[in-house]
Amino acid sequence: MQTAVIFEEMKKRAKELLSNGTVARVVAWQTGDTCYDVTPGFFESVEELDEKMVFNCLCGANLSKYLITLSRMPGKTLAFLKPCDTYSFNQLVKEHRIIRENVMVIAIPCEGMTDVETLRGKGITGVLSVTDKDDTLAIETMYGEESIAKKDAMAERCRTCKSKTAVAFDEKIGETAENVSEDRFGMVAKLEAMTPDERYEFWRGELSRCIRCNACRNVCPACSCEKCVFDNPDSGIAQKAAVNSFEENMFHIIRAFHVAGRCTDCGECSRVCPQNIPLHLLNRKFIKDINEFYGDYQAGADTESRAPLNRFDNNDVEPCDAVGRK
Amino acid sequence: MQDALVPMLAVVTDIRRDTPDVKTFRVVSPDGKKPFEHIPGQCAMLSMPGIGEALFSITSSPTNEEYLEFSIKKCGCVTTWIHNIEPGQMVTLRGPYGNGFPVESDLKGKDLLFIAGGIGLAPLRSVINYCRDKRSEYGKITVVYGARSKDDLVDYNEILSEWLPGGDLDVQLTIDREQEGWDGHVGFIPSFVKELDPSLDYTVLMCGPPVMIKFTLQGLKELGFKDEQIYTTLEMRMKCGIGKCGRCNLGDKYICKDGPVFRFDQLSELPDEY
Amino acid sequence: MKMIQKAELFRLFDAVSANEKLYIPADNTAGKAEYSVYKDGMQLSSQLNTVRSAKDFFFPQTENMADFQVSGKNISVEIAPRMDEDFTIFGVRACDAKSFAVLDNVFLGDPVDTFYQQRRLHATVVTMACGRPEETCFCTVFGIDPANPMGDVSCWETAEGYCFAANTEKGEKWLAKLDGVLFETDESTVIATKEKIHAITERLPLGNLPIEKFGNGDEMMEYFGRPEWKELSRACLGCGTCTFVCPTCQCFDIRDFDTGHGVKRTRCWDSCMYSDFTAMSAGQPRPTQVERFRQRFMHKLFYYPMKNEGLFGCVGCGRCLQKCPVSLNIAKVMNALSKGKEEN
Repeated sequence: MQTAVIFEEMKKRAKELLSNGTVARVVAWQTGDTCYDVTPGFFESVEELDEKMVFNCLCGANLSKYLITLSRMPGKTLAFLKPCDTYSFNQLVKEHRIIRENVMVIAIPCEGMTDVETLRGKGITGVLSVTDKDDTLAIETMYGEESIAKKDAMAERCRTCKSKTAVAFDEKIGETAENVSEDRFGMVAKLEAMTPDERYEFWRGELSRCIRCNACRNVCPACSCEKCVFDNPDSGIAQKAAVNSFEENMFHIIRAFHVAGRCTDCGECSRVCPQNIPLHLLNRKFIKDINEFYGDYQAGADTESRAPLNRFDNNDVEPCDAVGRK
Repeated sequence: MQDALVPMLAVVTDIRRDTPDVKTFRVVSPDGKKPFEHIPGQCAMLSMPGIGEALFSITSSPTNEEYLEFSIKKCGCVTTWIHNIEPGQMVTLRGPYGNGFPVESDLKGKDLLFIAGGIGLAPLRSVINYCRDKRSEYGKITVVYGARSKDDLVDYNEILSEWLPGGDLDVQLTIDREQEGWDGHVGFIPSFVKELDPSLDYTVLMCGPPVMIKFTLQGLKELGFKDEQIYTTLEMRMKCGIGKCGRCNLGDKYICKDGPVFRFDQLSELPDEY
Repeated sequence: MKMIQKAELFRLFDAVSANEKLYIPADNTAGKAEYSVYKDGMQLSSQLNTVRSAKDFFFPQTENMADFQVSGKNISVEIAPRMDEDFTIFGVRACDAKSFAVLDNVFLGDPVDTFYQQRRLHATVVTMACGRPEETCFCTVFGIDPANPMGDVSCWETAEGYCFAANTEKGEKWLAKLDGVLFETDESTVIATKEKIHAITERLPLGNLPIEKFGNGDEMMEYFGRPEWKELSRACLGCGTCTFVCPTCQCFDIRDFDTGHGVKRTRCWDSCMYSDFTAMSAGQPRPTQVERFRQRFMHKLFYYPMKNEGLFGCVGCGRCLQKCPVSLNIAKVMNALSKGKEEN
């Protein structure tokens, strides 16, 4: 189904649910001043929906984390979630962060989102408008028309999409698109094949660019602590900026450990990083390890099962086997 | 080359306990002299390396030529550390910061009404003692001071031994609740001030917790006082003390540099984020 | 006017870097432009601008200010060394060059910040006109001309090569040292380049932001109280991305760091968008993201210009437009506030 058609259905259904009082507000995406500065939008009236709501191939932001707060407000919240957002949603429900009964989820299909950073990386700058035409995008720029295959305009997280099937919803709009994606763990395997020195070089090269803006942490649905250890002066490790490279590394490593087993691989960390650090690779390494040691596990696939790192049984892998040292 | 943000060293020579959670610290430079001159109402940044830096009102009067004093309430990381030190401890010091009270200009020759609540006396004590030392240059001086209890009155000893017998000040004390051994006034400051019904000739200098400020200001205005004749000094988280780090920015002002002393007519033109 | 052929640019880089550290925008492993110390063979990035702004040269993210030794009741202090070597920053865009004026008002105002001051004194800023402005650019709104980028020396990329003109005494000295590398040329190609740039800047999509609505102190409180702030800030994540990529944001924190061998007192970037920026033991004057968000934009659009003779705290570089995770930015804020004012 075409995105434009999906959008019309979304808007129609949102209006109905708002008008008949089923929901008090809608969380979706909101138009901006340029074609791609789409912001998460919060709508409480039909007029606002008409005026500001949008859905197109530039709605990359994962809305599930906002539901922590929204599900604690009076009245129900209607949330439109893309398949990969529903995993984050489930995980947050599982962690008792979202109050499920206060949210109505409508799952919408996703063919992979266009990433303006990726376009810029391919030399397409001065972007004025992006038009979705089946498998290609027609891009109007300040310097003329450009055309690019949709999949070439996607960020890595969409090219290696884990699933196009929604796992949590009350209603559904549109069809499930086909799952055609590249090998999700290809880059992790490459990193594993490196020598420790090469790997260290690789990560220093990436993490040395970190400016500690905390965008990765603040956008991460798995980072939902009321008070982060890095913001707590009593923790002894609270720093606004890394004083040395050790701290620079540790911020990301501690964060990766903290979300291990809970990270659904939504890829928001890498999407928002202003320095284009492939942070999701740290989390993917954990996911790959968990799959190999405990059997395939996908965080957020359901709200009931116990995660491998939260339970113990006699068949669990021995630590010495895990690290390959006997 | 020195830098404004790099502190000098100083030594704490004397510590006295004022109340269960307030101590007053006497500070001199390592050669035993007064570290720097200041204006009443100005602040300075004290720190212990590794613990942190914090801004405090200088509570001694500029007329004191020997040392600086700071009355500090224990409430955070730096203040807790400072409450545990002993005389002879070195600290770092930089300042003075802020505008201070206009004792040599706008306040000169005026009748002054000081209203302080709890630790709020700390920044006013410097002004009160300055005016006492230059008594002939000011008109009537009244001090209204209140605290939760008798034990929470900061500088109570100085009040008893110097301010009350001195005869050059009218000192009115109050505590929130009845207490054994207290035969003075009992009640909150806002209502006490209204009871006293001060003359509108007074210029008011007020400092205390936000709720006290709010209701006392309301009471003063009901009595006919104007915003222009009421001064207060703001407390806000400050880091640099020199109007650069941005933390205490309020409109086009920086509290640490353009304040902390403001008249209420000046404050009414600024965002109320303090 | 001086010139060097395109293919010969490395000769200029070699000559400059033989005497002092030279920083040029070069593409990093992520394919983004970043100021890097010039090394033999390094290519000048063809991208419009660096992800991190040029403020880093004068106001680095972390900076050691003093070292303390504590033993018993005694403390000793050693002030950290200030910059004492000349260096050149090549390829600074007009917006970033203007940001130095914004930062100067803060750091060189009384009392002078000597760490910043010494870096400024030792730097030669070579700017580069913008041949290919992007849709996120709006420097022209603030009266900045990307065809005349100022700095100590201005540089223009023309079809044949790079042309240079000095704007300051420091710039003249810098150019004089390159006598053997550069040759004399007339201004005709540069004039043509400027015309080309102006033709582009005339059609910048954000070139008409309603700047005239902002900066007037009499209207500060009205804008402070505008209802739009609540909705504008609603999606804000409270991260520091906008602040840290911004060339004019200059809030900082001072922190002590115990190395085990002593205490380092460092200054580091801070953000008014952070929840703990103004938190203190006595309370929090900006309790929600609405107030923090408002502070950042009110500061750039009112507080700063009111204090600094109308100079805005924004240079229109567009980094916040490109980098905000949820596409909130100063252009959006200006448009929304202006629209809201018209409707009232």
